[in-house]
Amino acid sequence: MAFLDRTARSMLLGELVAGLVLTLRYFFTRKATINYPYEKGPISPRFKGEHALRRYPNGEERCIACKLCEAICPAQAITIEAEPRDDGSRRTTRYDIDMTKCIYCGLCEESCPVDAIVEGPNFEFATETREELMYDKAKLLSNGDRWEPELSRRLEMDAPYR
Amino acid sequence: MSNFFFETTGGRVILTFAEALALLVPLLIMVAYLTYAERKVLAAIQLRRGPNVVGPFGLLQPFADAIKMLMKETVIPSGSNRLLFLLAPMLTFGLAMVAWAVIPVNEGWAIADINVGILYLFAISSLGVYGVIIAGWASNSKYAFLGALRSAAQMVSYEVSMGFVIVSVLLCVGSLNLTDIVLAQQTIWFCIPLFPMFIVFFISTLAETNRSPFDLPEGESEIVAGFFVEYSSLSFGLFFLGEYANMILMSGLTTILFLGGWLAPFGVVPFTWIPGPIWFILKVCLCLFVFIWVRGTFPRYRYDQLMRLGWKVFLPLSLAWLVITAGALMLFGWLPHAPA
Amino acid sequence: MIATIAFYVFAVVLLVAAAMVVSSRNPVHSVLFLILAFFNAAGLFLIAGAEFLAMILMIVYVGAVAVLFLFVVMMLDVNFAELRSGFQRYLPIGATIGAVLFIELVLVVGGWSIGPLSEGARFAPTPANVHNTAALGRLIYTDYVFLFQAAGLVLLVAMIGAIVLTLRERKSSRHQIIRLQNSRTVAETLEMVPVSLGANINTLGIYRPKVTEPEEVLADESDSEALLGHHGGGSGGAGAHHAPEVR
Repeated sequence: MAFLDRTARSMLLGELVAGLVLTLRYFFTRKATINYPYEKGPISPRFKGEHALRRYPNGEERCIACKLCEAICPAQAITIEAEPRDDGSRRTTRYDIDMTKCIYCGLCEESCPVDAIVEGPNFEFATETREELMYDKAKLLSNGDRWEPELSRRLEMDAPYR
Repeated sequence: MSNFFFETTGGRVILTFAEALALLVPLLIMVAYLTYAERKVLAAIQLRRGPNVVGPFGLLQPFADAIKMLMKETVIPSGSNRLLFLLAPMLTFGLAMVAWAVIPVNEGWAIADINVGILYLFAISSLGVYGVIIAGWASNSKYAFLGALRSAAQMVSYEVSMGFVIVSVLLCVGSLNLTDIVLAQQTIWFCIPLFPMFIVFFISTLAETNRSPFDLPEGESEIVAGFFVEYSSLSFGLFFLGEYANMILMSGLTTILFLGGWLAPFGVVPFTWIPGPIWFILKVCLCLFVFIWVRGTFPRYRYDQLMRLGWKVFLPLSLAWLVITAGALMLFGWLPHAPA
Repeated sequence: MIATIAFYVFAVVLLVAAAMVVSSRNPVHSVLFLILAFFNAAGLFLIAGAEFLAMILMIVYVGAVAVLFLFVVMMLDVNFAELRSGFQRYLPIGATIGAVLFIELVLVVGGWSIGPLSEGARFAPTPANVHNTAALGRLIYTDYVFLFQAAGLVLLVAMIGAIVLTLRERKSSRHQIIRLQNSRTVAETLEMVPVSLGANINTLGIYRPKVTEPEEVLADESDSEALLGHHGGGSGGAGAHHAPEVR
């Protein structure tokens, strides 16, 4: 009886039909992929994307050139040179991040005492040349200016958990 | 005036050319959109979206692909046999086109409605293996050669059971003419009384066109890309077009043999309003969808399993069903009388 | 007119291809020219009105036989230097055999006369109002059916002979028997083992895949089901109960 049952099943291609039905069901289900450049998935407020140097609301740059980020960076992607400014405050003259070295670990952000260097939500910063990925201070500050509303909101949302 | 012109030799030649063009241009467009449909259907099965960037809904994707293909460099391997290397894709593509001469899209719409149409199609489809073998041999590459050998053995094996299936259909029709085969299905499509043969035939066409799950000749995971590893640019494009044109051809053959060709599913009013060619194309599209659906569902066979299926399952099955069909036709006196 | 042009094209290509089959140096080219010759012969059949023969020639010879030829020739590694090495030595014998064959052919062709019956039959190849294919079928399957069947039997015997000669069971090869694999059930290979909490490999021993008789399998199945039921029913309670004991 079991033999007959098995033979009938294999002759009627039961398993093949089951497989076809399964794929047909998936054919009609909702697509899992999003239409990427036009639709994007949600990202966490802790998402570690492109770096930015932030400013205070009055326009003064936050970074005090303590070089903690440079020290902690495991990939040694950050290079900082500092000098006292004319008004006597300690500021950076050079703040470079080699984005090709960066591993996006976020330790620079963690170590910063003044929340100056942060990793923002932007992950679409592909370039056509390698040189464009050697970020300098001007580029980082302009990133900060561009993403500031988003950056401060993210910090605020993440604050209760810090 | 015009009728007189088409009676002369020159006129007939021009007319035939025009007919061929009227068939081949839509066919090539259909081939182009079959590649698009395949990508879309596979994407849908895998919960993806498929091409949707070039043109509205990605509808211009096939043309973008074609342009990309044409812009590439034709590489001819240094150890290859140049003439045969270039001949092989032309052969594959040409055979896929030539076979369409006898396919009746509607009553009397075949370019050549010959007496032995089904044999012609069978002969052309059995010639398709040469494109693959010549390509594999002329490439002077071991992967190409392995692919060619696989293809040769596979196509010869499955042609045997396909032949028996066709014979059992012919027994019910009593003619080798494709139009007669379709007209014989006015009462009932052959896919119902000959259902097992329909399945065997469909699976054999998968093997015959080297489609998944029988795409061992190009098994990219084991022999790189099989017989067309060395091909690039237009010569690769011709193989590609040939493969898809063959798929459409085999779907057309399945439609004619088992799904009643251009006949409406039921001989009642709302269905008979739709003209024959539309029905034909719809049925071909259904077959093509199943081709792609099967590709999206089943993994590739192992080669010994493929041979086992062909020789130890399909051959006895089709032979037995042929005997049963002949017996039933004799027993009930349903034997058709050939139009003498 | 078109038929005439086609005839000459087919005939010329056929002859050239046939000549190339024997004169071409590469055996694969020879086979390809042979295929071209078959193809043109099929064309000539078509022009002569024998469409069935033309198609059968294509299907059987071009589609199957020549593929196998090509298959074999491609697989063979033909060494031309070795082939030509004995040319001088065997030339006299080869020439003698060739000459004998040629003389025989001349004698046969010279003594050929066409019988009065066949002369008549040539002008009426098929009865009127009957397709070439149907006429062939009538001839083969109705008039001479027993001869046809006998020829088929001879071929069958030859085929079985070839298979018997070449088929050998190799003891060392481990073939997959798909039928047995498909018919395997869970109960034949899996065994539920009651494992108390904390029991390890030392107390349980090592379990091997079991080889059992069908009767035993049935018994085990009921056993394991009982176990499953017990386990599924009160796993939490049983665990809590047993835990202190083991510790």
